[in-house]
Amino acid sequence: MFTLIQQAPLSAKIGMVIILLNLLTILLAPQMAPYGETELVGDVWAPMSSEHMLGTDQLGRDMLTRVVYGARNTISIALTIVFLSFVVGCSCGLLAATMGGWVDQTIGRLVDIIMAFPTLIFALMVLSVMGTSIPTLIGVIAILDSTRVFRVSRAVAMDIEVMDFVEVARLRGEGLWWIMRNEILPNALPPLIAEFGLRFCFVFLFISSLSFLGLGIQPPTADWGSMVRENAGAISFGIYSPMYPAAAIAILTIGVNLVVDWMLNRSSLLRT
Amino acid sequence: MNKLAAMITKRIVFGVLTLFAISLLIFVGVEALPGDLAEAILGQNATPETIQAFRTELKLDLPAHERYFAWINAFVHGDLGKSLANGRPIAEVIGWRFANSLLLAGATALFAIPLAIILGLLAAIYRDSWFDKCISMVTLSAISLPEFFVAYILIALLSVQIFLFPSISNINDQMSVFQKMHAIFLPCLTLAFVVVGHMMRMTRAAIINVLSSPFIEMAKLKGIGRKRIIVKHALPNALSPIINVVVLNLAYLVVGVVVVEVVFVYPGLGQLLVDAVSKRDLPVVQASGLIFAATYVFLNLTADVLSMLSNPKLRNPR
Repeated sequence: MFTLIQQAPLSAKIGMVIILLNLLTILLAPQMAPYGETELVGDVWAPMSSEHMLGTDQLGRDMLTRVVYGARNTISIALTIVFLSFVVGCSCGLLAATMGGWVDQTIGRLVDIIMAFPTLIFALMVLSVMGTSIPTLIGVIAILDSTRVFRVSRAVAMDIEVMDFVEVARLRGEGLWWIMRNEILPNALPPLIAEFGLRFCFVFLFISSLSFLGLGIQPPTADWGSMVRENAGAISFGIYSPMYPAAAIAILTIGVNLVVDWMLNRSSLLRT
Repeated sequence: MNKLAAMITKRIVFGVLTLFAISLLIFVGVEALPGDLAEAILGQNATPETIQAFRTELKLDLPAHERYFAWINAFVHGDLGKSLANGRPIAEVIGWRFANSLLLAGATALFAIPLAIILGLLAAIYRDSWFDKCISMVTLSAISLPEFFVAYILIALLSVQIFLFPSISNINDQMSVFQKMHAIFLPCLTLAFVVVGHMMRMTRAAIINVLSSPFIEMAKLKGIGRKRIIVKHALPNALSPIINVVVLNLAYLVVGVVVVEVVFVYPGLGQLLVDAVSKRDLPVVQASGLIFAATYVFLNLTADVLSMLSNPKLRNPR
């Protein structure tokens, strides 16, 4: 494991450092932030100073504090969504691949229909009907996203399903669940981990966009997307406060992409 | 030839079915609203009388399947119903805004597509050079950045630091074409930044993929120059995936306008949809959602049909 990381190219190492820093921020948010999450501490849109390293926001809250807490809220929601969509998508994908027949057909057609619908429009429509709350948000995006996970996990599992050891397990009389968990899943893991990174980027950008549109995580919770929205007015006065949360989003996605790129390259090198 | 025609017909039938399923989904989605639609929307103002009036106005007293067909029938004939928020006919509001959204997407496509293909070609010709590496870094980050971040960087640079373009893209019918182009320059640039990255990477990958085939080896052995091989031999054979990715990105553009329109306060369909969602103006949400979905399905369909047509293997069945 350690040598593996040492052999990684510089770009992947940068990516790993970015991810690690973000994780630390999530864990230590209350210790790192100089003020409270919703505490009013100064003037509106105060410039950078020694007390407020990134200035203050549109209500006079410390920007750095908001960015630190924003990491916690935004990233943990995005992670929950991706986990959920992997649980749903992978189990459907593996099930479709191992069982085949009408199960495969039914799930496949359903996924075709959902995927023919632009994701953002779908999410907007559901939110307009159900109203915006964090559980709805998590549920909707997880289901929409699980369709892509389904496609990938099914394709991977199809390749493994025809292998001899699966046949042997079948002849041995193992149950469906056992075959899925002990024969197929462990062999499907490497491409699925890379996919996890890609899905995380997608979900993370998606939820930030929704919050930016004012339809995602609602204030006063600190969240990177809605912070950009709230501070957007400042930009025409030449104050760059909306840039900090936006930059935080950009840096994290680039970091994850760098690591995923390296993993994909590595697995394609191993195969050939 | 018959086999190809059959494939295309099959794809078109599937497209129409998808559209039908989507319209049903949009309709049923609103039906599935927890509790009563009238109560949910009226909220505090819900008295038995207002609820009754609201239900008759929205024809909620009819059975669901009748309402669905009435809705679709009216939709096809251009009657999109009335907005709940201001009572104006939706068709009036949407028509102009949809044209604006198409203008934005079209103007972007006009310069983004040639640019992406040329950059992709250059990256393939000078593969693994510093030029290729630079472009690949820039496009990877272009794909990773949220659209609003790109938009605010452009505003900060080109609108606040040097006042070249307006940060709010307000357009109306009185403006000349040049004025309109000036007003929508920044949103176009933002959209282009994101789609060029994607299209360029796919173009490069498609050409490099073709470069490993035997007929390219043959051309190399004949002593033909690298540029000529790529432009004359590789490009025509990589056309099918390139056309596919171009049309898919057009479909992305039509939907991607939503965020950009909100940043630049541009009077397009996306802005209207977001407003309607936050006001829970359901008829407007349904109508604009269906228009977005139909455009998206249509472009996806075009992508598939074009790639079938441009694939020589499908043209000559064995």
